[in-house]
Amino acid sequence: MTLLTIDKDHWTQGLAAAADHYRLFGPVKEKDQHQFKALEKGRLPDLDLVNTRLSPKDLVFPQSEIMLTYSLDESREDHHIMKEAHTDHAPRAVVGMRPCDARAIQLVKLNFDTPDVKDPYWLKAYEATTFIGMACDTPLSTCFCTSAGCGPYNAEGLDILMMDRGETYLAKIFTEKGKAFADTAGWNQATPEAAEAFVAAKEAAEAKMVSTISTDNLADTDLLDLHGAPFWDDIAFACLNCGTCTFTCPTCWCFDIQDEVQGKSGVRMKNWDSCMFPIFTVHTTGHNPRDTKTQRVRQRFMHKLKYFVDKYQTGIMCVGCGRCVRQCPVNIDIRRVCELMNSFKPADACVAQG
Amino acid sequence: MQNPYLPYPVRIDDITVEAEDKSLKTFKFVFLNDGDEDQFAYRAGQFAELSIPGKGEIPIGIASSPVEKGFVKFTVNRAGVVTTHLHNMRAGDRMGLRGPLGNCYPWDLLEGKNILIVGGGFAFTTLRSSIVYMLDPANRSRFGNIDVVYGARSPGMLLYKDELVEWEKRDDINMHITVDGTDDPDWKYNIGFVPPITEQKAPPGGADTYAIVCGPPIMIKFTQPVLEKLGYDHDHIIMSLENRMKCGFGMCGRCGIGKELVCKDGPVFTLNQINRTPREY
Repeated sequence: MTLLTIDKDHWTQGLAAAADHYRLFGPVKEKDQHQFKALEKGRLPDLDLVNTRLSPKDLVFPQSEIMLTYSLDESREDHHIMKEAHTDHAPRAVVGMRPCDARAIQLVKLNFDTPDVKDPYWLKAYEATTFIGMACDTPLSTCFCTSAGCGPYNAEGLDILMMDRGETYLAKIFTEKGKAFADTAGWNQATPEAAEAFVAAKEAAEAKMVSTISTDNLADTDLLDLHGAPFWDDIAFACLNCGTCTFTCPTCWCFDIQDEVQGKSGVRMKNWDSCMFPIFTVHTTGHNPRDTKTQRVRQRFMHKLKYFVDKYQTGIMCVGCGRCVRQCPVNIDIRRVCELMNSFKPADACVAQG
Repeated sequence: MQNPYLPYPVRIDDITVEAEDKSLKTFKFVFLNDGDEDQFAYRAGQFAELSIPGKGEIPIGIASSPVEKGFVKFTVNRAGVVTTHLHNMRAGDRMGLRGPLGNCYPWDLLEGKNILIVGGGFAFTTLRSSIVYMLDPANRSRFGNIDVVYGARSPGMLLYKDELVEWEKRDDINMHITVDGTDDPDWKYNIGFVPPITEQKAPPGGADTYAIVCGPPIMIKFTQPVLEKLGYDHDHIIMSLENRMKCGFGMCGRCGIGKELVCKDGPVFTLNQINRTPREY
């Protein structure tokens, strides 16, 4: 690992130099919201934010992506034969993402990059991207990253982690990808004393966290007991099944596959989908294994806080970014659900039910 | 990097109407490109995605058997957009085939054992694959007694009628065909639902006997207690589940039941495994 100091003039010049070799993405403010966007030449990422409304997961997992193309024109020799769509895998970098979003991509990677099957669209986009993180010094009241396996200075999944020291940025370079970006940007001023600054800033940021969750009992509680717990109707009562939680979540990865045809040209697309939507699981016969709102809400929380824990044994499928808490229109709060699940004792339910 | 979303191009070689109401047709596909058939190396119990450009994909159990070479067959119920379009296609038309997908019946475990097959409706397709596999001269000696209970709504709704007649004649497989009801005075087989016929005809369970069950949920629901009554252990009752799927290899998240994915961890599960998952199928 290398430690660098980057003064802010040099930061601006460096991004301009890097833009000749990388397609840059970063948070920009549009209306009153920060959003990750491609940075047009000369535009700097706006790092004066706590967190964006949507995570940058769409940089590797676009909301809608063409996977295959084909022709239905029977006069063509290749009619009805599907081909892989051309996808741009030129080097790119996302600048200024939060550690929670970087860890989220690592959790999603468990799904798309498996020993058996690899999703070439996700993986090629991931491999083409350099992840440059900005440590978080001002967590919100809804942030609970420190108890969700992450933290405001967590480096997991990042090629570079930066912290803001006013006149300068300090940068930790972790990977070859990160080094290559820093070299391209011309950032090369080593700072041997910076490690301590990182430690102090990390402790200060963590001390500002006001929100935590407990997850220590989730792995040991029986899956069917949790599934049958008595609180699910209560949790789901106000849910609108709007899907906001799944779309804003950086770790939600469910998708749909759809064909679209214009004239004789067709594409097969991958689109974000949501377990909150009733048609997500409905069979052609009309039978729906998760027919009720309660079943769907339970699925989302059980997937994140129990099924994922059991399957991967790497903690919960949540990084504590708090987006679903902030943006749920009816104030369903994953922290409360996690608390209910984590403290659930099947014996309690038996007693309660008499 | 291999692209698991990219189907093999195939051509419809032949179409057989199976059911009297024409709701079930068997499609025989041949691969357009040399080498693709070898790549598509499947085992009985697996499924594949039939892929119609412009319409979409559907997961369907493979009806042909690995011992049948030169083609792959699927029996398809006309139910939704893709299957209706497929039913309207003709021999010679091109489409795609993606797979093989999912696990299969646990053949290593089943070797040397007596096998009871219980099937209902068009779910019999993957069971046909298994029967043809076990009856193949190269494989028959690797299994003990084979009993088949197969039911349909009426005689005209039975699949693979010619083969059923052939299997009836053989002395190395016990066929117990049944229909829910019929007006046909010449009907010489059983009349009744699959669970009671299973209770009457199936061999008792035991360490050397496994039951493979595939059919509509209502049939499975009532067959399970029958098999338990006959002494089949939950580890010896093997079922094939269905759920809505898209990708077919465990990424899209749609077919999850608890931490299991029907497309990747299944579709074949033992009753023991199913009992440990939420009832969301």
